[in-house]
Amino acid sequence: MNKHAKFLVGGAVIAVALAYMIYAGVTQSAVYFVTPSEIQAAPIRGKSYRLGGLVTPGSLRWEPRTLDLAFTLTDGKASIPVRHKGTPPDLFGEGRGAVVEGTWSADGHFKATLILAKHSEEYKAPHDGGDAGYRDLIKSLQKPRS
Amino acid sequence: MIPELGQAVLIVALGLALYGSAAAGIAGARGRAMLLQSAQHAAVGVFALLGAALALLTYAFLTFDFSVRYVASNTNLGTPFYYRITAVWGALEGSIILWGSMLALYTVIVILTQRERARQFYPWVLAVMLGVLAFFLLVMTVAAPPFQRQSPVPADGRGLNPLLEDTGMITHPVALYLGFTGFTVPFAFAIAALVTGRVGEAWITLTRRWTIIAWYFLSLGLLIGGWWSYHVLGWGGYWAWDPVENAAFMPWLTGTALLHSVMIQERRRMLKLWNLALVILTFSLTLFGTFLTRSGVIASVHAFTQGAIGAFFLGFLALVVLGSLALLAWRWEALRGVGQLDSVVSRESAFLLNNVLLVAAAFTVFFGTVFPLLSEAVRGVKVSVGAPFFNQVNVPLFLSLIFLMGVGPLIAWRRASTENLRRNFVGPILVGVAAAALFFALGVRSALATLSLALAVFVTATIALDLVRATRARLRSGESAPRAMVELLVRHNRRYGGFIVHLGILVIALGVTGSQAWSVQTETTLRQGEVAQLAGYRIRFDGLAGSQESNHFRVVGHFTVTNGRATPAVMRPAKKFYPQESSPIAGVDYHLGLREDLYVVLGDFARDGSQATIKVQVNRLVSWIWIGGLVLTLGAALAILPERRRFA
Repeated sequence: MNKHAKFLVGGAVIAVALAYMIYAGVTQSAVYFVTPSEIQAAPIRGKSYRLGGLVTPGSLRWEPRTLDLAFTLTDGKASIPVRHKGTPPDLFGEGRGAVVEGTWSADGHFKATLILAKHSEEYKAPHDGGDAGYRDLIKSLQKPRS
Repeated sequence: MIPELGQAVLIVALGLALYGSAAAGIAGARGRAMLLQSAQHAAVGVFALLGAALALLTYAFLTFDFSVRYVASNTNLGTPFYYRITAVWGALEGSIILWGSMLALYTVIVILTQRERARQFYPWVLAVMLGVLAFFLLVMTVAAPPFQRQSPVPADGRGLNPLLEDTGMITHPVALYLGFTGFTVPFAFAIAALVTGRVGEAWITLTRRWTIIAWYFLSLGLLIGGWWSYHVLGWGGYWAWDPVENAAFMPWLTGTALLHSVMIQERRRMLKLWNLALVILTFSLTLFGTFLTRSGVIASVHAFTQGAIGAFFLGFLALVVLGSLALLAWRWEALRGVGQLDSVVSRESAFLLNNVLLVAAAFTVFFGTVFPLLSEAVRGVKVSVGAPFFNQVNVPLFLSLIFLMGVGPLIAWRRASTENLRRNFVGPILVGVAAAALFFALGVRSALATLSLALAVFVTATIALDLVRATRARLRSGESAPRAMVELLVRHNRRYGGFIVHLGILVIALGVTGSQAWSVQTETTLRQGEVAQLAGYRIRFDGLAGSQESNHFRVVGHFTVTNGRATPAVMRPAKKFYPQESSPIAGVDYHLGLREDLYVVLGDFARDGSQATIKVQVNRLVSWIWIGGLVLTLGAALAILPERRRFA
């Protein structure tokens, strides 16, 4: 084989290997963005989803001892029960937007392996008294420890 | 008054940059020395004005001028003095000013050092650099004006994003932007080479050290970013393949390719076109990165039209790419390489393969980052690929690159004989294989970790072999051993600086491999007095305490940690509540070590302090990533010293 052919073959091998790695990588780690209505219409077991919606007020159940977290995500039309094992992230809460990553489970709930809560960049006037929870928290924690 | 002054300063600077760019261009085309002089003055003026704008903005931050919207959105009365300064570049508008200032600084240094040395390119270099500056000044005056007033003036500002209240935020953006803007210098020289038709080796020799400097600062910026992510964000990792990270990583990959490929042109006069294309690609990727991260195009496809800034960057990017392509096409005939590859087994081939792999890595990162956009445009479904994609595709590429790191510097130019291969590689390969066997004997069962570490040992062995051989040669001429070593490093600073940078990369690879392969974590809820166990550590929960800080309220958990060896230590992970933020921010506590870091994050807790949920991680070998950064610094510093080979 002459020199040019060797370089050509080498280049082709690299190109094919790279194309295959990208193809395999995409098929194995593709995550589909869906809304609660979309996943309710056609849930496929075993497929990786990112499900985005609003955490339904009153639906949040958190068991610190067992680390079981359950809530429903809604888009106004459909509500999907979601279960997760682990502490809810800092930005997570009822009435707020959240994106969960995971799979559809056989018994009709979404099994989340990852919760992504979106940071809101909204301007909020500070110290406006609207954040009662914050002041409440400070008060309860400033009490001397027993 | 101050904000109006700032605004005026930026407008004058924009005028000067536009004038200077045009004047330098005309000077280049017509050879008018007077015009070139005047362009230089304009450039110095732009530098001074941008410095003034940065000072004025800092002043507005220090004096809490909340009539300036940017100040009000990024600081409040409680923001500590130190962070009021870093807040200047805490968000888009200020970071563009920082970017512009860095670029103006580079421009002035180019004027001081290249005016005489690079006479034939100089006017065009100045024209390009001032042109790029003019673009950034246009962004500052039109798309993202930092001094914009607002009314009514709020009594207090919103405050800095709490995640940015960290010492890393002083150095991280500065280093990153010195890296990004640094690539403007080789880009300007490349354009000058194309315009003047002098596409030989001159522009490469002139920009070699500039490229190393830009590359080094970009590396430093990435590493400090990783450190920030690790000790502030509280997820226990240092790299997430986030679009923002990828945006900085892509030019790093192509810049690394460039550092290597220019050596082929210097030595063999090949790859002229490829080197020019790499410079243009690297510079374009710095712009693309800014476009990607600042336009919101990736976070949400539909936010595209929200900010004018995205359109600005996209427009400028199109101008740069199309203009460069037109120049390349114009000079096509002159870009044919003189030399040619003699053999598949040669240093040229090793470097070429290194370039192909680095550019392939950059392409996969690009592909993965814009994949959601592609899939929505092509198939109408929103699909993203996450960290598994990037890891799966890049790990083989990076391992191959580490292997080449051992081969490239030692294999012969042109055509490597069997004798050359035997002499240089049999020893290191045996050492690598022995290391793999040793790791297996020590209980390492991960094939990937074994391969990665064995490759690192192989490369280290090639470097050691080279050093020993070169030192021996000097010993024969009667020098003492330490003196011979020092002379080698100084005389061949470029080669040995490169070796030290390679060692730095290997040390970083050790940290990445160790943390990926052997880190462990657990998450649990403890009542007061209860103990969690992980990897030999016992972590007892002793209680919670609260404290009011200048701009936030802090809940601190007290944990006593014992690991059977050392005396008990107290760890205090916290949760910080900022009034302006709707959610708390984690305050991680960690003990760093060479073998492992203990990393504790406070999750949920009971208000009465009786119970707390924590995440505990034992992260292995992570510290070596930061140590590798220090090694890399030494190597880069050695490599940019002026060359004194032969006749020094």
